[in-house]
Amino acid sequence: MGLPIELTYLAASILFILGLKGLSHPETARRGMIFAEIGMFLAIVGTLLHREIVSYQWIIAGLIIGSLIGGAISIWVPMTAMPQRTALSHAFGALAASLVGVSEYYRHNAVELGTFKMTALSLEVLLGGITVTGSLMAFIKLQDWVRGTPITYRGQNIFNMSLLAITIGIFGYLIFDPSAHSLFYAMAGLAFVFGVLLVLPIGAADMPVVMSLMNSYAGLAAAATGFAISNNVLIIAGTLDGFSGFILSILMCRAMNRSITNVLFGAFGAEVAAAEGGSAGEMREVKGEDIAVQLAYAGQVIFVPGYGMATAQAQHSVRELANMLEARGVTVKYAIHPVAGRMPGHMNVLLAEANVPYSSLYDLEQINAEFPTTDVAVVIGANDVVNPDARDNPRSPIAGMPILEVDKARSVVVLKRGKGKGFAGIENPLFFKPNCGMLYGDAKASLIKLAGAVQNA
Amino acid sequence: MSTEVIIAGLYVFALAAFLGYQVISRVPPLLHTPLMSATNAISGISLVGSLVTAGAHYNTVSTVLGFIAVTASTINVVGGFMITDRMLRMFKRQLPVKNDKKDSTEEQERA
Repeated sequence: MGLPIELTYLAASILFILGLKGLSHPETARRGMIFAEIGMFLAIVGTLLHREIVSYQWIIAGLIIGSLIGGAISIWVPMTAMPQRTALSHAFGALAASLVGVSEYYRHNAVELGTFKMTALSLEVLLGGITVTGSLMAFIKLQDWVRGTPITYRGQNIFNMSLLAITIGIFGYLIFDPSAHSLFYAMAGLAFVFGVLLVLPIGAADMPVVMSLMNSYAGLAAAATGFAISNNVLIIAGTLDGFSGFILSILMCRAMNRSITNVLFGAFGAEVAAAEGGSAGEMREVKGEDIAVQLAYAGQVIFVPGYGMATAQAQHSVRELANMLEARGVTVKYAIHPVAGRMPGHMNVLLAEANVPYSSLYDLEQINAEFPTTDVAVVIGANDVVNPDARDNPRSPIAGMPILEVDKARSVVVLKRGKGKGFAGIENPLFFKPNCGMLYGDAKASLIKLAGAVQNA
Repeated sequence: MSTEVIIAGLYVFALAAFLGYQVISRVPPLLHTPLMSATNAISGISLVGSLVTAGAHYNTVSTVLGFIAVTASTINVVGGFMITDRMLRMFKRQLPVKNDKKDSTEEQERA
């Protein structure tokens, strides 16, 4: 590879890192992304000068088709569907990595590959394969094409583990005997199957962890590609992506007080429902008009959004209600739990879309101290992240999970679709507390009704 | 592959991992969704591998696989950067035209 190409790769690597550094603050984020885009452009132009490239028709066709599809998706996808889009893009990235891996294996004589290159290639195909089907499975679940609850069967964990052990066994064998062609393709096939089986038992509420893990695998597959074709910019970009996903997985697991193993193999939300008895007391249903009066004369109101806000597309209605309250002199804040929604940061993006300034969005640690001095906490389609059992009841399945302590507010209103339990099937004692009122119905409709009533209050 | 190339690659990997950890730990939860789509777009750099595979005429299978890989990673690069920008545009410190005195004083206090 020529020096000019290598220099464009070096420039690209530096620009990528500067780009990610920009993301440490919303003010610098867009500029950072422009750096990263320039880096990408340089790397692509540099690669097109590669001396092994002899014809351009397939390249140009791929670039045009890919740009059209990618551009179309990014213009038209609604913000509420961001988790699905991200899952799809993990699948595409991993697909590209595994196909390059298969092609490299196919065109080389197994002996000339050598141990190191063979390891990198196999790792690339293995991680890539798992990510392609795992992300597609996550996409299908997020899109509600299959139910979001965990799909389990007897002996699932043992079956999955054995399959994984066989796949890793083949991986190990290939390192010593790269010429076993059929085993290589068998490993690729098993990786695809394992991806599906891995995500099948994971419930929709655990999707933030799955998304982060797939993010990580897709990046590591790209880094392995870099090793396989001796390309440093690929190693760097892939590693950055891999570590970003890894850090996010850890943050998400910590926000649920669970280990990654528990998320992947615990089939959360399937078994716990039976273990819990009924909670004592009555849920108190409240009228929209009464809530509106409370809100209108409050000093401070905190909105707590959850996935229910996304499904009801209610972010704009939240903002309208908040506008009205702010015009009356009420301080309005938003409390965002790290695992609210279906991917990391999901709620922040939705509220930003509805023009909520980011200075009003608060993290768990920042806002919890404020609930005792808050007049009304409005919970919009969130459940487990405000469940006081996580704090008070050591026997609860979600014990130890950090929660937003809305129950400490003077008054709590929960906007909820129906009287049923939350996604994980866990009883929520918050709903039975005397300071808590329930407002049933579609979140968006309820918010519009509240806004109307506030105007008349 | 020579030992030096392998070791150099491992150095790059290890240093990128540390640097990535430092840089990404500073990204606030506020921007975690754009972070995910940005890193995804960046790792679309596997496009450079796909380009060579698609254009080098190694054999028909490689060309076809390379073509699919070019398409898939271009979707990620173009789509990823465009959607990241679309999201980041939405994050505003304060609304442009708004005469909410209370908010602006609060801002000053915090700054």
